[in-house]
Amino acid sequence: MDMPTPDSAVLSRKDEIVARLRKVLPADAVIADVAETRAYECDALTAYKCPPLAAVLPASTEEVSDVLRICHEMGVPVVPRGSGTSLAGGALPTADCVILGVARLNEVIETDYDNRFIRVQTGRTNLSVTGAVEEEQFFYAPDPSSQLACAIAGNIAMNSGGAHCLKYGVTTNNLLGVTMVQMDGTVVELGGAHLDAGGLDLLGVICGSEGQLGVVTEATLRILRKPEGARPVLMGFGSNEVAGACVSDIIKAGVLPVAIEFMDRPCIRACEAFAKAGYPDCEALLIVEVEGSDAEIDHQLSLIMEIARRHDPVELREAKDADEAGRIWLGRKSAFGAMGQINDYMCLDGTIPVSELPRVLTRIAEMSKEYGLDVANVFHAGDGNMHPLILFNANEPGQLEKCEALGADILKLCVEVGGCLTGEHGVGIEKRDLMHTQYAPEDLEAQMAVKDVFDPGWLLNPAKVFPLDASDARRSVKIAAE
Amino acid sequence: MRPGSEQEMSEAIRAASGPVRIVGGGTRGGFGTGEVIETGGLSGITLYEPGALTLVARAGTPLSEIEDALARENQRLAFEPMDHRALLGTRGKPTLGGVAAGNISGPRRIQAGAARDFMLGVRFVDGSGTIVKNGGRVMKNVTGYDLVKLMAGSWGQLGVLTEISLKVLPVPEMQATLVLHGLNDRDAVAAMSRALGSPYEVTGAAHLPASGRTCLRIEGFERSVQYRLEALGQLFAEAAQDRIVDSAENAILWQAIRDAEHLAESAGNIWRISVKPSDSPVVAERLGAKAHFFDWGGGLVWACLRRGDDARHALTGISGHATLVRADPADLAKLPRLQPEPPAIAKLTDGLRRKFDPRGLFRSEPVTA
Repeated sequence: MDMPTPDSAVLSRKDEIVARLRKVLPADAVIADVAETRAYECDALTAYKCPPLAAVLPASTEEVSDVLRICHEMGVPVVPRGSGTSLAGGALPTADCVILGVARLNEVIETDYDNRFIRVQTGRTNLSVTGAVEEEQFFYAPDPSSQLACAIAGNIAMNSGGAHCLKYGVTTNNLLGVTMVQMDGTVVELGGAHLDAGGLDLLGVICGSEGQLGVVTEATLRILRKPEGARPVLMGFGSNEVAGACVSDIIKAGVLPVAIEFMDRPCIRACEAFAKAGYPDCEALLIVEVEGSDAEIDHQLSLIMEIARRHDPVELREAKDADEAGRIWLGRKSAFGAMGQINDYMCLDGTIPVSELPRVLTRIAEMSKEYGLDVANVFHAGDGNMHPLILFNANEPGQLEKCEALGADILKLCVEVGGCLTGEHGVGIEKRDLMHTQYAPEDLEAQMAVKDVFDPGWLLNPAKVFPLDASDARRSVKIAAE
Repeated sequence: MRPGSEQEMSEAIRAASGPVRIVGGGTRGGFGTGEVIETGGLSGITLYEPGALTLVARAGTPLSEIEDALARENQRLAFEPMDHRALLGTRGKPTLGGVAAGNISGPRRIQAGAARDFMLGVRFVDGSGTIVKNGGRVMKNVTGYDLVKLMAGSWGQLGVLTEISLKVLPVPEMQATLVLHGLNDRDAVAAMSRALGSPYEVTGAAHLPASGRTCLRIEGFERSVQYRLEALGQLFAEAAQDRIVDSAENAILWQAIRDAEHLAESAGNIWRISVKPSDSPVVAERLGAKAHFFDWGGGLVWACLRRGDDARHALTGISGHATLVRADPADLAKLPRLQPEPPAIAKLTDGLRRKFDPRGLFRSEPVTA
């Protein structure tokens, strides 16, 4: 993984930069000690590490604005950081950057049940947003697996999804407004508690821009009333093809489950060994969850099971109560932990058209043999968002590189069949150099033109999203200008 | 000019020497002056996979063609795009490109989302004639910046859409409406908020002051609709109410709301104002409109004002935006059609226009039908 050479002019001015930051922030909000900056050297993509020049922890929009204005004036790159749970290296520092952590921005500003929104500071964790409204039976819908730890700021930067987005959509569909600070310190309000944009939909382009257009300090989020109940059904099938066909038939039949999760044999076995959830020993397993009142759930599950029966399931298990529901979800929810137990693994995130499921799974199995690395598949089948887990041994020299090469081949396959490189984790540095496989130069140019407008100096979250060769000219213009 | 392919569209834009006006079906009163470039030559559904809930079509495809194809598979565009013909007195066939460029959504926006939320990918020709693609045809995609949202609702000011991919949804088995009678604006919005805050999945909430009706729509499997209709009715046990379960009757009612038919006959300028629901009674009071109604549970105010009156005065101290949908031509010189932006935002949108349309081809004053 290449990263640009740190700007020596910035490195040599470290003391001056830190001194200026200390003037606008409390003493404990500026971290410049080399040992302490290590805490920020990586995110959840731990294969890559680089301590930043300094880290700051502002506690208000004004402080964020002050920090950015100073960094802008001094030509210092800034890497915004939520909770550091990015699997794509979205918050990986550069040696010449200031990490701007939003952890101290964690207040609830307003809850409004009549108008169904909550306004929060963006350092707040995803789950604690729901936590703030569940007493009134409301919830915030996007539910990434890291929801206990991940911050709303990072959710907005990556346009995070989750298991339930088949019904509720991803972050962008549940984000109503933001307060954002631009790199030069300008504070803008986009959207609000009302719907849609009066002019160009800037909010729509901010969401998913990986912290490269501005630092979002506050967000207005749509909250929804909780359904009366939810229950899953578990189905086992003799082949991936049959399970794929069943998914398609459920969708075509007009039932819209909140989640359809798919696990293949390697994944089922690992989960079973780890969590002992009582999963059947079969080729493919589906967990389908529906919502509503008890009677509504019964009706929808009966329709789904009727469809499943037409595909000769080897197992069909309906959850009759919360306890049974919990056991059905147990294996799936421990999938990543189960994998971590047996091996190091790399989690991919490509999306494919649902109709391509069988073909892609067959091809992944072939590639897995070719590379000699096991791949387990667990994913959101309703929306085609795959999470192949490549198992490898990090201590064996050359295995990480081999694993990355297999990962790249799988993602190229996703693009080839009409899908994309990343469905919910983001590009970060991880998929940066694969962007050429999905986008032509002019497609990337159009995206970079947006960055030119919001951050003309290309200081925010540098060397992410765009292949280095594509963004090189823009990043060097900045250096030349100083 | 009527390019027959995306390539020809690119050449036409490249060759343009002055302002152009992009026209799809010409039913919504688009933006731009100057030479007309039609999108009708870029027509046809290029991919439809009902099992993947995905449809891809060229921008000039008539909406009716898409709706027919979907109906054959018992699917639909869940964002319920408004048909502007009744309100604007336009003819022609609405196209997919117009829906996308205007982010045109109907009553179900409140629950299912707007056109922008169902757009998975776009192809477009920018002001330099460059063909750009963004997004794709899968439901979850965070690969690079989301220019799909930027193009949705941009009214062609950044480029000419040539192809759009959409998420589609199944048509539910049944629709029903609970109608509450005799509520004033304030009580109606309170009732709609209560309904939308219930677990009964209301997919439409509109208040029609002229007939004193507040309409709450529920959709789904028949058994489920019956149950929720009953439960919802109980929430408002004290209000005079009745129920519409006949599908044709429901279709007529919600189409009229979607298309703002209640205002079509009123003489004056028509405004569409997006605010948070609880602000709408205040806005309506300040407007003193000749006629008005609420959609989106109060989040959308439709109003007919006297010519020359500026609805934006009613938004003082209230966050939201007002669009002048139908206007007397003389008023358009004084009243911008889209909500004016604060300076910091205007600087950003201006910067984007300059990047995507460096020659200002699409950047002329808006015209109305």
